Amino acid sequence: MSADLRRATATQLRAGYRSGEFTSVEVVETLLAAIAREDAALGAWLHLRGDEVRREAAAADVTYAATRTAGAAALNALPPLLGVPVALKDLVNMIGTPTTAGSKILEGYISPYDATIAAKLKAAGALILGKTNMDEFAMGSSTEFSAYRRTVNPWDRERVPGGSSGGSASAVAALHAPLSIGSDTGGSIRQPASLTGITGMKPTYGRVSRYGIVAFASSLDQIGPFARSAQDAALLLHTIAGSDPRDATSSATPVDAALLKLPQGDQAASALKGKRFALPKEYFVAGMEPGVEAAVRAAVAALQSAGAVIDEVSLPTTEHALATYYIVAPAEASANLARYDGIRYGASKHGGGDLLDGYLATRGRGFGPEVRRRIMLGTYALSAGFYDAYYLKAQKVRTLIARDFDRIWAAGYDAIVAPASPSVAWKFGAKMSDPVAMYLADACTIPTNMAGLPGLSTPCGLSEGLPVGLQLIGAPWSEAGLLSIAAGYEALSANAPWRDQDPTDLAALGGAA
Amino acid sequence: MSWEAVIGIEIHVQLRTATKMFCPCAIPAEGDAPNTRTCPTCLGLPGALPVPNRTAIERVLAVGAAIGAKSPATTRWDRKNYFYPDLPKGYQISQLDLPLAEHGSIPVTTSAGAGSVRIRRAHLEEDTARLRHEKGADGTRASLIDYNRSGVALLEIVTEPDIRDGETARRYAEELRLLLRTIGAADAEMENGQMRVEANISLRPSSDAPFGLRVEVKNMNSFRSVERAIAYEMARQAEVLDAGGTITQETRGWDEGSETTYTMRAKEDSHDYRYFPEPDLPPLDIDPAWLAAIVAGLPELPGTRRARYVSELGLTDYDASVLVAEPRAAALFEAARAAQKELDAKLLANWVSGEYLRVAKEGAADPDPVQFAALVAAVASKEINGTTAKALFAEMITTPLSIREVIASRGLGQISDTGALESIIADVIAANPQAIADWKAGKQQAVSFLVGQAMKASKGRGDAALLGDLIRAALDR
Amino acid sequence: MSKLTRAEVEKVAALARLGLTSDEVEKLQGDLNLILEQWARLAEVDTSSVPASAQTIVQPMLLRDDTPRPSLSVDEALQNAPSRSGDFVRVQAILSEEADG
Ligand SMILES: [Mg+2]
Ligand SMILES: [Zn+2]
Repeated sequence: MSADLRRATATQLRAGYRSGEFTSVEVVETLLAAIAREDAALGAWLHLRGDEVRREAAAADVTYAATRTAGAAALNALPPLLGVPVALKDLVNMIGTPTTAGSKILEGYISPYDATIAAKLKAAGALILGKTNMDEFAMGSSTEFSAYRRTVNPWDRERVPGGSSGGSASAVAALHAPLSIGSDTGGSIRQPASLTGITGMKPTYGRVSRYGIVAFASSLDQIGPFARSAQDAALLLHTIAGSDPRDATSSATPVDAALLKLPQGDQAASALKGKRFALPKEYFVAGMEPGVEAAVRAAVAALQSAGAVIDEVSLPTTEHALATYYIVAPAEASANLARYDGIRYGASKHGGGDLLDGYLATRGRGFGPEVRRRIMLGTYALSAGFYDAYYLKAQKVRTLIARDFDRIWAAGYDAIVAPASPSVAWKFGAKMSDPVAMYLADACTIPTNMAGLPGLSTPCGLSEGLPVGLQLIGAPWSEAGLLSIAAGYEALSANAPWRDQDPTDLAALGGAA
Repeated sequence: MSWEAVIGIEIHVQLRTATKMFCPCAIPAEGDAPNTRTCPTCLGLPGALPVPNRTAIERVLAVGAAIGAKSPATTRWDRKNYFYPDLPKGYQISQLDLPLAEHGSIPVTTSAGAGSVRIRRAHLEEDTARLRHEKGADGTRASLIDYNRSGVALLEIVTEPDIRDGETARRYAEELRLLLRTIGAADAEMENGQMRVEANISLRPSSDAPFGLRVEVKNMNSFRSVERAIAYEMARQAEVLDAGGTITQETRGWDEGSETTYTMRAKEDSHDYRYFPEPDLPPLDIDPAWLAAIVAGLPELPGTRRARYVSELGLTDYDASVLVAEPRAAALFEAARAAQKELDAKLLANWVSGEYLRVAKEGAADPDPVQFAALVAAVASKEINGTTAKALFAEMITTPLSIREVIASRGLGQISDTGALESIIADVIAANPQAIADWKAGKQQAVSFLVGQAMKASKGRGDAALLGDLIRAALDR
Repeated sequence: MSKLTRAEVEKVAALARLGLTSDEVEKLQGDLNLILEQWARLAEVDTSSVPASAQTIVQPMLLRDDTPRPSLSVDEALQNAPSRSGDFVRVQAILSEEADG
């Protein structure tokens, strides 16, 4: 039974709690036991709320028991995620818990306030299991730039989980949590979802409040769900989405109620009939692994055989998106990270001398190499004499990137289908010495962020035994549509042999146990 | 050699709002304990975000309209990046190329006559924290930081380099303050640091010569010091130039005690603020209907009002200036006139700038304008005398009262009946033989003494002028 | 496109208040120049009549009513401060830009 509880989706957990089939305490104990056994090897977690979560689970069980006697209507009125464990990427502030953003410069920092999504998750009854590992300040594509620990891919301990939300992705892939929260500035949800074989969505910019999320690049950052099904991802997104008076960039666009009623099974598959998908040729570029391309093209063929119309299209600015991103994101980051000065919080090297020395030492030693690299890039791009050539130029190219996508929606396409990552998970260290190679890992996801669009990665097979993700990109606010398509693809591929396969190294992670 | 000064003024004013610019913390009050008015946003905690205060924006749009400036169809904020312990985020949210108001002017009258100062721009930004410096027992020096003021909404107003002397600079600052107070945009109390004036001063040999190297002068804590600091700095620079020296581009402070400027900051590496559009805030469209409503809500501006008082009401320039200089006084004057339309404007103006301003400066509450008008009307009609009126005025600012009822019920009406007054005078003269002797010895003040005694005997209701006449006549008899 | 010199790298690091070792400066100089080669390709894109986008999904700006809400307590505000003096945050250093007087 406990193996089933580990594997259960959030949707299944809700049903089981309501019927009394099992309890939240049982689920939490099962997950905490798995984490205790496996996380030394997996490395997904930075902070666990073990005892608090046990108490919250017991309280949730009391509520379920009391409400069950009051009937179905009362059960329906319960908070939607009551008793469901969720993991938070360690850049989500939550009162009384550490927030490190994967950086030594925030070592020991305890947040005095809740991010809006933390407050929403609490109000929805979710149990925050803990905080997950990440690349420092979300800068990276492999989680190797965490200042704290290495997170491995549960499909192969020798390989990276992707990044920057590698901890949240690995935790869900390794059945340590049914749901987790990630952030996606250039692909940091979709790429690790692809590399760990789970579902991850970056919503439309403005769909989810950024209040309380440690900022990387403000005009690009979005918060989104990781899950093991489209339906679960939709449930979590529905919980955290919506306009927020504390985030001036959050949107007043109503949250789509369709997120809670995604089509399932045959209904979802048959809904694919007549859908029009655009297949951008620029996303199948030199350097793409043949096995990845094969899996993605097979998934596209499956959609076509289900009645969808596929057209090859061109998004000509794709080749410039990477350079554009690596100007805009570091520029914003150079300002966003200026607050880490060792004066109000964090690791400090002030004292005993010159103020300037305090700044230099605090920031020079507190930030890791990738963060320093990006602060340097961003500072340079904004500095006197270079602003027009770099930052302003990038903002103009950004307009062109957005226009490329606009043409696709104007032509009536329901979504763009593409690979989420040009490769499967790679070996540790393979790209650490070459920043440009590391940056290329996000080539398929970055254009979406530049345009602010929603995108997701859903598993579409294995290449050399490692997961491949199919990326779906949609028009603004089309999250429910994209997740419905993903649910349709899940139904189409339900019987594929790779669907039944657990991450190959999952058992081994437990070591002797 | 004679030099022409080129002076531009930059003023930061705290806007009148209940909360800070980008967070809902209350504005700190004088005497608030340190770090009691902070939140994640104004402390620059990881993850916190700014949300602009609508009232602050409306105040700046109102200022823009009042100075005849243009507001853009769309505005935005920019980040100004620099590191300092009083700046928690490592950047200040300010406005670079789309300020909320541009190209206005303020009329300024000086001893040389009427003129105006052009305003280049007015924008909205956030204040920094306050630093206090501490020297420990072991000689270590530290800064103590209070974030209460961090994020308070500031209006920055920059003039064109139109000003040529200290007097004009002072008058400009005074007129700007009056305008801000009149439209309710700011209290602008200089002594509380709510209004901070900086002057950029350079000299050139003639008005068609290029600008010289400029010196920035700070720490001028009163209008008087604005004028004096500029005069001092002009003289100092002229002396350097006359001696064949060169001016160093620097920031100088005004020392109130010695009445001199001193070097605060020598020429530093030119700042590279790396401004870029604030990505946490979308651009703000300024809806023309919103702007029109703000313009429609503007009160009469000081210059217009002064001119009207002189031309329509026949007040002197001086009386008009005194009334308009204090927005509360002008408001009382207007309200009282509205309540009693036939009231003599000069008499009313005298009461407002005399009795009212005197008590207002001591912190008294404003009187009810309808009753205030009734009081002045009773004086005008000689129904009550000045003594009674002053007593009633003092009473009405603490206790609500109806002037008409009080005059009737307390029997305060002025006694102008000659018969009644003469019997009082007879008693007073009989009781004060010494005064009679003084009068006979030629001491004129004996009359005022006797008038005072007679006024006392009439319980303050006697007509003072009539009493004087009657007493003189009685003494002569 | 010219390459960043070591002195330029040091200048940018100073602007960003990053205290770097000599080795770090050298490594960064190489990395940054590699990345600048990628950036340089943007010059090929014709943007002569293209407006800049600081954001691409642009919302009408949410403004806040001028109504105060409770602030943090002093202890919440300062709970993470590396150095405190009473209810102030303290930074031990000489503020060289601040003159006496
Ligand atoms: Mg300023
Ligand atoms: Zn605040």
